[in-house]
Amino acid sequence: MNRKRSKTPKESIKKHFLLFMGPVLAAFSIGFIWPFVQGIYLSFCKFRLIKDAKFIGVSNYGKALSDASFMHSFQYTAVFALVSLVLINVLAFTVAAILTQNIKGSNLFRTVFFMPNLIGGIVLGYIWAMIFDGILSRYSTSILLETKYGFWGLIILMIWQQVGYMMIIYIAGLQAVPDDMIEAASIDGASRMQTLFMITIPNVMPSITICTFLSLTNGFKLFDQNLALTGGQPFIIQPDGSAIKTTEMLALNIFNTFYGSNKAATGVAQAKAVLFFILVAGLGLFQLACTRKREVQQ
Amino acid sequence: MKKKLLSALLCAAMTMSIVTGCGKTAATGSGAAADAGSADAGSTDKADSAKAGDGSVYWLNFKPELDETIQDLGKKYTEKTGVPVKIVTAASGTYNQTLQSEMDKSDAPTLFVIGNAAGVKDWGEYAMDLTGTRIANELSSDAYNLYDSDGKLVSIGYCYECYGIIVNPDLIEKAGHSMDEIKNFDGLKTVAEDIHNNAGSLGFDAFSSSDMDDSSSWRFTGHLANLEYFYEEKEAGAKWEECPASLTGAYMDNYKKLYDLIINNSLTDPKDLANGGHDAEAEFKEGKAAFFVNGSWEYAAVSGDVPNATMIPYYCGVSGEEKAGLNCGTENCWAVNANASEADQQATIDFMVWLVSDPDASMAMVEQLGIMPYKNAVESSNGFLNDAAKYDADGCYVMDWATNYQPNVDDYRAALVSALNQYNADQSDANWGLVKNAFVDGWATQYELANAD
Repeated sequence: MNRKRSKTPKESIKKHFLLFMGPVLAAFSIGFIWPFVQGIYLSFCKFRLIKDAKFIGVSNYGKALSDASFMHSFQYTAVFALVSLVLINVLAFTVAAILTQNIKGSNLFRTVFFMPNLIGGIVLGYIWAMIFDGILSRYSTSILLETKYGFWGLIILMIWQQVGYMMIIYIAGLQAVPDDMIEAASIDGASRMQTLFMITIPNVMPSITICTFLSLTNGFKLFDQNLALTGGQPFIIQPDGSAIKTTEMLALNIFNTFYGSNKAATGVAQAKAVLFFILVAGLGLFQLACTRKREVQQ
Repeated sequence: MKKKLLSALLCAAMTMSIVTGCGKTAATGSGAAADAGSADAGSTDKADSAKAGDGSVYWLNFKPELDETIQDLGKKYTEKTGVPVKIVTAASGTYNQTLQSEMDKSDAPTLFVIGNAAGVKDWGEYAMDLTGTRIANELSSDAYNLYDSDGKLVSIGYCYECYGIIVNPDLIEKAGHSMDEIKNFDGLKTVAEDIHNNAGSLGFDAFSSSDMDDSSSWRFTGHLANLEYFYEEKEAGAKWEECPASLTGAYMDNYKKLYDLIINNSLTDPKDLANGGHDAEAEFKEGKAAFFVNGSWEYAAVSGDVPNATMIPYYCGVSGEEKAGLNCGTENCWAVNANASEADQQATIDFMVWLVSDPDASMAMVEQLGIMPYKNAVESSNGFLNDAAKYDADGCYVMDWATNYQPNVDDYRAALVSALNQYNADQSDANWGLVKNAFVDGWATQYELANAD
């Protein structure tokens, strides 16, 4: 690399690769790669403290997969992710479409819709729990008493929080749709619906890809809002006294397994976390592959 | 101009994130390195403490109401001796998970709490044997010590407490009754129902709110539940030495009687208890309620406003309960980290000895905690503990804390809270069946889970 006398800027950047990338690489390795590798190792161990981990093979995975509460939370999470994915994106796209129509004060609306996204999940959960109970207590019930209230409550909360964020991405996409294309379509006599489905949507496909990816993975990874809003309540108390936490999602189930039960369960929780990672990563990649195919180059 | 300002701001934001990112990296980095090192006999710990002089103290406290007092005491101790004292208090109901994550760190707590049999099982191996240490020699009673199966002294009690029903006798009299009427469940029921029925004209109600959120539900899923466990124990004729594999549930009806009385004669509609938000202590202090289900640690908080406050046992309709006393015991037991450096262990024990023997320090502790079973500790002026002693002197039986044996306590209580929520909303037999399931069958299930490999 040093053979050439006169260096192009690119080469001089290459030479200082470590200076620029080093801190980030180090941070990424220490903060992500190392814990990740350690996490996978721990899923094959029995431990109370990480430093005392004992290797025991794959039995944690067997226990994780045969855990009824894990399977229940998987189903619940899948339904939740799907419903929130559809609702958030449809609403965000609609709001974005409205706010790109040169309405008076649309900048103010954009800001207002975006703002819920700035509040932390735990705070949101507690605030919404109070709001819902304020309403539900008139009917002598509570969000903690019915699974369906817990489910739709969480959907409403997530819509309120996420629509503004996705809206911004859709607005950016919508503004990039060339006016001449729309104009040409209207000269050709396309109806508004036809313009939407034939011109606009194919052109904002990159935004749709990123938004669906974000809302799908967010739906699966949801934790703080779930913990603060219902914490898994109501439970179905089984005849044997064990409890199924009906509104417990995957991440909360893993957390509760890790901190809730006996010594051996920490390894099981770790195994659940690895399965969880594979699931979310697999789904994310699958969804990316599907929506990317539909993207068009302008 | 606007664009320039914006780009400058963005640059600043990016730089900030890089800088903070690096800061975090550095912290994690040293932590990870120390973790790796601590496997070989904690050599890094020793080096650290050598620098600090005589070691340092890190107390992981589990009683939020004690936090303010001990933070002050910690500062005073550091001023006096130069030994660094760090005190962290786990939020209500999160002690176990905080302990688990803290114990994994290179600067793990040197002083923590192992308060019951389950704790000994989970954490006993990380506690040093306190037999013969200076702090053990300070004890005036070993009734509150916890040993493991090999006879190792895992943890020692630093105070004992009692719980029951706190009463404002002035309000009872205002309602036209007297404390002498309350000698059993029927007496309590008559008084409480009368007050509740006339709450409008009296201006106060019988019981303060019994919220089911994390900050309050333990009063019912932990403490009130003790009456069921205790009477099972009493019927069997011997104190539990270890967690029984199952319950008979023979006294569930008595638990229900008292629970029903509490929720149905209260300031708050039972249907509004699930998400909490009521301040039972304030309701009692402000004279809005005559009864308050809680323990001796509340004395400091309520005695200012209700100087005559007194505590009565859980009267629940068991025959012979006129001879019942308060629920006395403790979950406040200190353990010293076996993996801490010798200097840290020594510093920790010195700090403990100071807390229980220094006149000012033990006074502050005693004011918050009640009686400390140590030779040189100040005498307690806690009215509720004096009540407990009075019951004892009158020949009443002490209801010991069988509740300390609850298996997988967090899971067990969480299920019970969920069932009680259903019941509070609709007091049907079917819903009480759920409570019973969670209470009795849940015990066996959690026992099995806790003892599974």
